[in-house]
Amino acid sequence: MSKKLGLIVNPIAGMGGRVGLKGTDGEETLEKALKLGALPESPQKARKALDYIIKNIPGIEILTYPGDMGENECIDVGITPIVIGEINSKKTTFKDTEKAALMMVEKGVDLILFAGGDGTARNIYNSVGDRVPVIGIPTGVKMHSAVFATNPLNAGRVVKGFFENTNIELRESEVMDIDEEAFREGKVVAKLFGYMKVPYEKELVQSLKAGGVFSDNICLEGIADYIIDNMEDDCIYLIGSGTTTKKILDQLKLPCTLLGVDVIKNKKLLLNDANEKDILNIVKDNKFKIVVSPIGGQGYIFGRGNQQLSPKIIKAAGKENIIVISTPSKLISLKGRPLLVDTGDENTDKLLKGYYRVIVGYDETYVYECSY
Amino acid sequence: MEKKKNIVYPYMPNSVESIKKEMMDELGIKNIEELYSYIPEKLRMKGKLNLPEPLLSEIELKEHVEGILSKNISCNEYLSFLGAGCYRHYVPAVCDEVNRRSEFLTAYCGGTYTDHGKCQAIFEFTSLMSELVDMDVVSLATYDGGQATCTSLRMTHRITGRKELLVPSTMNPEILSQLRNYCDFMTITLVDYDPKTGQMDLDDLKRKISEDTAGVFIENPSYLGFIEEHGEEIGKIAHEHGALFVVSADPSSLGILEAPVTYGADITCGDIQCLGMHMGYGSGQSGYIASKDDPKFIMNFPNHFYSLYENEKGEFGFSRSLNQRTSYGSREKAVEYLGTNTGLWAITAAVYLSLMGPEGMYELGENIMYKSQYAVKVLSKVKGVKVLFDKSTNFKEFILNFDDSNKTVEEINKELLNRGIFGGKDLSKEFKQLGQSALYCVTELTKKSDIDRLANELSQILK
Amino acid sequence: MSKDVKLRNFHQAKWDEPIIFELSTPGQRGILLPRIDNEVVNTVGNIDEVIPKGMKRKNKPKLPELAQPQVLRHFLRLSQETLGQDINIDIGLGTCTMKYSPKIHEQFVANHKFSELHPLQDESTTQGILEIMYKMEQFLKELSGMDAFVFQPGGGAQAVFSNASILKAYHTDRGEGEKRNEIITTAFSHPVNSAAPHTKGFKVITLMPDKETGYPSIEALKSVVSDRTAGLFITNPEDTGIFNVNVKEMVDIVHEAGGLCIADIADANGLFGITRAKEVGYDMCHYNLHKAFSSPHGSMGPCCGAQGVKDFLAKYLPVPVVKYDGSKYYLDYDRPESIGKIRKFYGVVAAVLRAYSWIMSIGADGLKEVSELSILNNNYLMKRLLTEVRGISAPYSEGNYRMEQVRYSWQKLKEETGIGTNEVERRCMDYGVQEYYQSHPPYLVPEPFTPEPNETYSKDEIDEYVSILKKVSQEAYENPEIVRTAPHNAPISLIPTDPITNPEDLIVSWRVYKRKKGLK
Repeated sequence: MSKKLGLIVNPIAGMGGRVGLKGTDGEETLEKALKLGALPESPQKARKALDYIIKNIPGIEILTYPGDMGENECIDVGITPIVIGEINSKKTTFKDTEKAALMMVEKGVDLILFAGGDGTARNIYNSVGDRVPVIGIPTGVKMHSAVFATNPLNAGRVVKGFFENTNIELRESEVMDIDEEAFREGKVVAKLFGYMKVPYEKELVQSLKAGGVFSDNICLEGIADYIIDNMEDDCIYLIGSGTTTKKILDQLKLPCTLLGVDVIKNKKLLLNDANEKDILNIVKDNKFKIVVSPIGGQGYIFGRGNQQLSPKIIKAAGKENIIVISTPSKLISLKGRPLLVDTGDENTDKLLKGYYRVIVGYDETYVYECSY
Repeated sequence: MEKKKNIVYPYMPNSVESIKKEMMDELGIKNIEELYSYIPEKLRMKGKLNLPEPLLSEIELKEHVEGILSKNISCNEYLSFLGAGCYRHYVPAVCDEVNRRSEFLTAYCGGTYTDHGKCQAIFEFTSLMSELVDMDVVSLATYDGGQATCTSLRMTHRITGRKELLVPSTMNPEILSQLRNYCDFMTITLVDYDPKTGQMDLDDLKRKISEDTAGVFIENPSYLGFIEEHGEEIGKIAHEHGALFVVSADPSSLGILEAPVTYGADITCGDIQCLGMHMGYGSGQSGYIASKDDPKFIMNFPNHFYSLYENEKGEFGFSRSLNQRTSYGSREKAVEYLGTNTGLWAITAAVYLSLMGPEGMYELGENIMYKSQYAVKVLSKVKGVKVLFDKSTNFKEFILNFDDSNKTVEEINKELLNRGIFGGKDLSKEFKQLGQSALYCVTELTKKSDIDRLANELSQILK
Repeated sequence: MSKDVKLRNFHQAKWDEPIIFELSTPGQRGILLPRIDNEVVNTVGNIDEVIPKGMKRKNKPKLPELAQPQVLRHFLRLSQETLGQDINIDIGLGTCTMKYSPKIHEQFVANHKFSELHPLQDESTTQGILEIMYKMEQFLKELSGMDAFVFQPGGGAQAVFSNASILKAYHTDRGEGEKRNEIITTAFSHPVNSAAPHTKGFKVITLMPDKETGYPSIEALKSVVSDRTAGLFITNPEDTGIFNVNVKEMVDIVHEAGGLCIADIADANGLFGITRAKEVGYDMCHYNLHKAFSSPHGSMGPCCGAQGVKDFLAKYLPVPVVKYDGSKYYLDYDRPESIGKIRKFYGVVAAVLRAYSWIMSIGADGLKEVSELSILNNNYLMKRLLTEVRGISAPYSEGNYRMEQVRYSWQKLKEETGIGTNEVERRCMDYGVQEYYQSHPPYLVPEPFTPEPNETYSKDEIDEYVSILKKVSQEAYENPEIVRTAPHNAPISLIPTDPITNPEDLIVSWRVYKRKKGLK
């Protein structure tokens, strides 16, 4: 049985955090960080994960990139990796990350393990998409994407689980695109960038007395069917970004934009990938509802991927016309933390705060709190 | 504060004062009440529970309970001809021996490893039943035959998407009542019967069946005792219209009568109380559901399955399987609910079928057939007694009608009672069209002399 | 510590017993029936001619053929490979209340004056059992404060279904059946509290527990109560063992909105004599007689769910009901507004007989003792576990006492050693205890387990259980492999029982196994 793991380390990710910088994208920022005495964090965290892997997964084959992008970390823990590709300059850039990921896909790795932050995740996404499953060791400063394990050791465990345990499922997880400049100025302006497939251990505890347990896919169908069956005539529905909401368009056999807002009326498509202006035009003098689902690892329903749904639009709809949908497992992964909103306007945020009947299946809702 | 005399209870090892103190010391408290004092006053019970003084000694308890039970008269003492869904069959001693083993009696939901024995016994139950009904997939034993019927019929909706059920008007009225509650969103239509045989009126069936029919249901033998001979045609009619054919079959008949799958049944269901369970005033009921090895059916069973797994050593293990279901759509497609069912009875039935084997089940069926026919012949000779549906063949139960005698079933049964006999179930209220009729039951326990005695007593009563 | 118990060198019985079909030898007989009288045969004639054409079974069922001692031996071996409650410290199976089932009760059930009663016998011949059913109903009325009980449901789930049926009938009668189509329940309630009403056609709204308290907040409830609310299906305390002190406020809110409140009192063991359904204001409830009331679990049944309602709902109860007219007991079938039948006859009356005997043997003071000891045992266990076992935690309601059980989490153990609740559970078996109960879905508590040390376990046994968990936790840190590959002392070795997702992989009968393996 093939156990081919691709390893990519972003050696400079995470350095900004310790010295108060938010990220290390771009040479300038990196220089600044180094001047402030920042030390590389990524390699050390990668080593921790690798140490676990080599001790616990017999027969694993590791493909990696030269030098600090993986080769050195492997050797440090006694692994002899298969080194592919080459690095041309002394300092590695995002281009190397993308190239490494592409080569690994071509070489047929089963899983890619990477060490980095949101930026690194985006780079890998650009090359891999959802062709090969990935799992991230969190070393970056900005980690809004849902593709990371909680710590290096757990990343190692996920890898082990992926290769040895058939109780593993692949889950589509968000890769987030944070506006770097804005972020450094303390503002989080985020956009959904894409989805990658991430292995996770089904928290399927075979409960002996209970009813059935349903896979995410079945839940999504149930949720979408319920929304569709209850759509009001002549009411406009703004369908937010994300795989959960897009299932609605799938079920209606309409084209959709995964990362954008789509507009439907009477179960027919009015517009794909609408922006704020488009939306305001369409909903003028018309009854409308907004359908959103939590995005990213932190459960934002507004503010991390639905920017087109501006405070103006939200206020025009009113809280009672906002429909929140989610798979039960997504809500449970929040571990009791509330859903979040960050529309950029405090008043709108206040308006959105409170309890929602989150639709988690056909005729089934979880009452969940939303805050800011 | 009065010092309550501390009673030490045999079932509560820590009721000894010194042990309580040791544990309370560990918790740093002086009084157990400190552990729940946060419960608001308004929710607390005031005063003491008003219950009888306890019988702390086992001697007194035994005397008390057995004293109450002695007010009953059992079927060991009186001759019983009662059936109607609960039967007095012989319970082999080995069945009682096994289901009284406290490991089986007190196990619950332990799984593959710790309850390997229980899991294997239940797998053997489903395997034995699968041979008896000749269908590959058998579910865990459910609450009773009525639940098995309700679930089977609700399954037809999930599988076909349709909402109508056609059931015989002669079916067990208790189960019909359960069905009306359980399948309340479906249309339940009663199909007429042939007045001579009691069997389903095929013309009426053809009239009533439609493209909205999810399932056609029959009992074989019927609740009223006759064998339905046109199963094959009924099945054909159902299938022609895209409906499923569900048959409730009495396991005690399947040693000698055909398994419903041979005449077209898609789902077989029923009650297994007759396979080694004492009547226990109705405690022995247990249901089974079976289907062919078709994914469409399997995914719509609401119960769990115990599937067999094998490891490299060749050991078998059994575990709950297929927890995922495909239909989680609309509320009506919801795959019902799950809970405790009747595992001990499944194990007992496994023992019973293992003891009986194919020959025993044949002889059981044969014995009951003979007794049924003999009873019908003998009793139809009694003046004032008519056997209804005499054009059919009866298995285990038959209807005696007393219209010619000018006595009601109630009066006759009272008289029989005085003579130490439990007469058949009074059908006059539930089946008014049958007049003063009663449902009489004979099993392999009924002796020839019992039947002769009944005939004799009846002829005296109806003089 | 002096409380540490020396662990057993345990091994479960291991018989390697074949499937019964493999023991078959053609011709053997396990039991014989009496010969049929010649006169009967002569009167009836040839049976082949009597059976309708086409209905005679052409091929006898392929049941195995064994002699009697071999059948007994086989099943006794299987019973030895089963860890019934009687034989082990069954503290792990929380929410199931695995308590001692007094053996004297089995004598009552085996008495022919119970076991050989037909449910349709003339009532004059069953006054004894009707008296017991009636009196047990009175006991439960006293325990709960409800006004009427039936024992017809065959378990807790069926009781909830029956209550949901009554709920529907109630609102339909008042013309609000269509409008009131929502029910509210909580995430920690047993899933049947959403599945059963769902089966009956209601939409289900589930409240999440508050992070601090462990039970839903009043605000959360208020946000969803409306004139479409049919009822609240609530459990208190829930599986976490945390008592919701705001339960009355919640019930009042639902009442004000015109809904009813239905309590799942399956976990009754910590409540006797302390709090009652009546004071809280529930309209309906149910008890599981095979849990707190000592009737044995029977390898997953038969069991009994006792369903109780207030006066104004009694007319809807499943029919018949046991009544007393001053001189005799009788079954009342004249109930035109009843929801009909839930189960054949009157339920698993054997469980009622046992529960009655149990209450008679301990009385009011005894019942209070049951609950106080359960609470004491549980908090003692909790203190020892949280202070002495590495890697364990009890989420919610930190530092507060609990009622009769606790839901713990091995999350810390998992993070530090990679060993989670599944592995710990399997390793515990090696020390002679039954599995523990993890959790119902949704799995809000990560790596969960829920033990329940009810009043029939001794302090020594609780100490032994702590020692076992302590040892397994220690092994997780020091020797994780032995935990990961457990069980080592069970009737079978580790077997991969990955959930089957394809129905084609299901093997539920021996003939399917043989076919798939190509065996004859």
